[in-house]
Amino acid sequence: MFGNTDLQQLVFGRLTLDAIPLHDPILLVTFVVVALGGGALLAAITYFRLWGYLWTEWFTSVDHKKIGIMYIVLALIMLMRGFADALMMRAQQAMAFGANEGYLPPHHYDQIFTAHGVIMIFFVAMPFVTGLMNFVVPLQIGARDVSFPFLNNFSFWMTAAGAVMVMMSLFVGEFARTGWLAFPPLSGPAYSPGVGVDYYIWALQIAGVGTLLSGINLVVTIVKMRAPGMSMMKMPVFTWTSLCTNVLIVAAFPVLTAVLTLLMLDRYVGTNFFSNDLGGNPMMYVNLIWIWGHPEVYILILPAFGVFSEVVSTFSGKRLFGYASMVYATVVITILSYLVWLHHFFTMGSGASVNSFFGITTMIISIPTGAKIFNWLFTMYRGRVRFEVPMLWTVGFMFTFTIGGMTGVLLAVPPADFVLHNSLFLVAHFHNVIIGGVLFGMFAGTVYWFPKAFGFKLDPFWGKVSFWFWLTGFWFAFAPLYVLGLMGVTRRVQHFEDPSLQIWFVIAAFGAVLVLCGILAFLASIVVAFMKREELKDVTGDPWNGRTLEWATASPPPAYNFAFSPIVHDNDAFSDMKKRGYKRPLEGFRAIHMPKNTGAGVILAALSVICGFAMIWYIWWLAALSFVAIIGYTIAHSFNYDRDFHIPVEDVVAEEDRRTRALMATGA
Amino acid sequence: MAVLRRTRLRALAMLPLLALMGGCNLVVMNPSGDVAAQQSDLIVVSTLLMLIIIVPVIAATFWFAYRYRASNAQAKYDPDWHHSTGLEVLIWTAPLMIIIALGAVTWISTHLLDPYRPLGRIAPGQPVTPETQTLKVEVVALDWKWMFFYPDYGIATINELAAPVDMPIEFKLTSAAQMTAFYVPALAGMIYTMPGMETTLHAVINEDGVYDGLASHYNGPGFSRMRFKFHGLDQAGFDGWVQKVKAQGEPLTRESYLEVEKPSEGNPPRYFNLVEPGLYQAILGMCVEPGKMCMQEMMAIDAQGGVAENHEANRERLVHDRTGSHEGFGYGSNYGGGGHGGSEAPGATTPASGRESRSEEQPEGMTPDENGPAPAPGENIQDGHAGHGAEGTAPGAPGAPPPAESGSAAPAQLNQQ
Repeated sequence: MFGNTDLQQLVFGRLTLDAIPLHDPILLVTFVVVALGGGALLAAITYFRLWGYLWTEWFTSVDHKKIGIMYIVLALIMLMRGFADALMMRAQQAMAFGANEGYLPPHHYDQIFTAHGVIMIFFVAMPFVTGLMNFVVPLQIGARDVSFPFLNNFSFWMTAAGAVMVMMSLFVGEFARTGWLAFPPLSGPAYSPGVGVDYYIWALQIAGVGTLLSGINLVVTIVKMRAPGMSMMKMPVFTWTSLCTNVLIVAAFPVLTAVLTLLMLDRYVGTNFFSNDLGGNPMMYVNLIWIWGHPEVYILILPAFGVFSEVVSTFSGKRLFGYASMVYATVVITILSYLVWLHHFFTMGSGASVNSFFGITTMIISIPTGAKIFNWLFTMYRGRVRFEVPMLWTVGFMFTFTIGGMTGVLLAVPPADFVLHNSLFLVAHFHNVIIGGVLFGMFAGTVYWFPKAFGFKLDPFWGKVSFWFWLTGFWFAFAPLYVLGLMGVTRRVQHFEDPSLQIWFVIAAFGAVLVLCGILAFLASIVVAFMKREELKDVTGDPWNGRTLEWATASPPPAYNFAFSPIVHDNDAFSDMKKRGYKRPLEGFRAIHMPKNTGAGVILAALSVICGFAMIWYIWWLAALSFVAIIGYTIAHSFNYDRDFHIPVEDVVAEEDRRTRALMATGA
Repeated sequence: MAVLRRTRLRALAMLPLLALMGGCNLVVMNPSGDVAAQQSDLIVVSTLLMLIIIVPVIAATFWFAYRYRASNAQAKYDPDWHHSTGLEVLIWTAPLMIIIALGAVTWISTHLLDPYRPLGRIAPGQPVTPETQTLKVEVVALDWKWMFFYPDYGIATINELAAPVDMPIEFKLTSAAQMTAFYVPALAGMIYTMPGMETTLHAVINEDGVYDGLASHYNGPGFSRMRFKFHGLDQAGFDGWVQKVKAQGEPLTRESYLEVEKPSEGNPPRYFNLVEPGLYQAILGMCVEPGKMCMQEMMAIDAQGGVAENHEANRERLVHDRTGSHEGFGYGSNYGGGGHGGSEAPGATTPASGRESRSEEQPEGMTPDENGPAPAPGENIQDGHAGHGAEGTAPGAPGAPPPAESGSAAPAQLNQQ
């Protein structure tokens, strides 16, 4: 009965040595590079005895600022991976014409475009946005931390766990070959019996826990923890957009969780929600996933809008034009984002009235979005615009995003969509808004708030180099795709027959190389800034002549953010304080009540990775064991009452005195 | 849309693009079928409408950025100016006006160009009259090839489609396994094909020629090669083509269809004559295989409230997907495993090799069904498709009037062997 195979299956499930892709030179080289690089990194950390520091100061930290930074580090790391996928696709499409098959067979190519989409949305854009919100929002509303600091740490590690699972699929097994939304029946057990879709499901489910919890956390933080005097209509616009984004997260992500759970049931227990069998209906999946998917794009873009609002008003030296209409526009977009999902499948055969309804609701979203663009425009009007790097990103955004928005509205016209859907025109459009909108916004935000986080500015020269490479690279990479779309070329194609198309793909590949230079220059701006940190130092805590509360505290802010809760009288609270001759309090400090660090988040996330991995490979005993461990540890952790402490008053005084001396030394 | 002078508009919009691109073939903007031509006009009209607002915005962005640069001390600086009711009204109404115009265009054009709507005209100024003949084509998306049935001629083809110029074509479309989309850019917009469901597309080709057709929605490893040629022919040419298919074709029965249906890629055109009657309806009902229940029958049962007894017997009749049918595809010719349709690639990372995901290796506590993919024990089949009722999606896609053959009576005879 228990032959060798049975025992092996019992212990290892369907995991065998074949799962290590030794036969694929590309993956093998990647693996060697990652192993060497990772090994060197781990060795360096060990050599410099940084493990203890990383564990106590970062991994277990419940400080929203550190968690925010870790989110952004995660986003940047995953950006490298996602962009490597992009380069591979561009190279394949630039060469695979006629007799040339390119270097990626469909089996590999299909995994790459799936991974590219999944990584860029879930593990680059989402952590970037969440990280920025995490770092900035509590500072902007004058709070000391988020409402649920442990939950915040846990959310981050769950997101990181999802990213780990996606990376694991590179070297153990395979990733989904279904496209980034894993439409059934292709993603069902009959047509994708391998581990790829399971990796996809588990990575997203685990990361989804993190996203949802962090959404709840930030909603509560913004609603409950604003500084005295900061009514809703006095909140900074970035905080407003964060609020709307997190409301969207709370409302939309459960839909994703549910639909992936149904797919999971189809795959694991043989239900037929989305198969062709027994009355299953794949269209239902498409509906459900886009009911999440459309709000998702607004989840990403709204915080970027918030960043641009802050940046444009700061660098124009002027109060934001039309604050109220900016807020209403944000709220309108939030609500409308639920009424448009069907525009992702006009071509699926809905009737004309249904299609026109969703087409028109989609166009209506462009009205508040247009109003926002005008508001930024009129903020620059009669301003004194300083073209620091964040402002460059903003102007680049206003140009790029406007065009992306236009092609988006074009795609919202159903009969036009009939000829452009699934084409490279569509691909160009959504990169136009996601790169030109979300990513430009995140870069603007990173450069803008970097001095707040680390106490020195990013190197402006390399920042500008990065911006120009990104901008030109973007247009070189995606303008050809617009053209190709109008030539009737569709997406996800691994090989072409028509040689006249090739030149456009070569131009696009060239653009991708320019973007690569942009990414490298961005990294250079960090490295160079670190080397020149004394020169680029920000002592005042207010390097850009900022307008909101985060600039009122030191750079980097002390663990408690504000020794005293600031009192808000007007929009642009810090501007108002500066104008009215606000003096920093120098005495009367008290001990500050703060949450305590905990390793529970790391441990739970690690257990989740094990549980997910075991489920993917059908290692049932390990799945059961790790699941019990997760529940057990969660219960045990809930009995941990040692969760808070007071920063002693002497420490607060010492910290504030240090700042006072630093400020006096510069004469500020 | 119909009233707009399409050539002039197109020329206008094409000017900058043409300057940029020389002679490349923008088939979407310069198609050969009237439906696609109207769609391209719509792209031009919508783009022009939007440019009314986009151009000033972009110009103002650069102008303000330049004018109010910090080094320009001449420009007025007013740090507290942040509200102007007049401007606010303007910035909300200007986009609103454009969207009202575009919304009207959208509403009208979406109804006029609804793929389910029979054509009103063959070309500008050439309305469809009661005498106008229509060519019926039934399209089936297979893994990874296209099958076209010509019910009026009793022929069928793989990966080759032909139609007479200026004759309206009525496509009925379905798929055998995957969801994908049927797209001939020169002819008309795309429409999805989905298993067990039927969509409709009306189109006409106005110039003779050979055009590209393709699957535009990703559907697995053979996707990139799922292409065909669409021939626009004059009436004589079309008749000749039909004769050629009849002469060179092989008979198509349910049995031979099941062979054809098996996944394969890069297929050259293939002709069939003597097509077994009702085959397309059986494909649509997912019941070509002997013993399967047709979707039409299942829906009729559901419409009557479902069966309460003996439903377990129906389970096998309603299982359609074949586990592992995509195995071995997509590894490319220079990978072992013999390429297309061969066995598993060496060291294939998919652990599915030789082991079905829903066979022996099920979660503990589940009884594998010896008949194949097993559901959870005790799963109620009736629940499995309850609610898949008359307003449902199969066959006859939402928004379309249900095809006559899926009426109230269960057409079980479709599957009689």
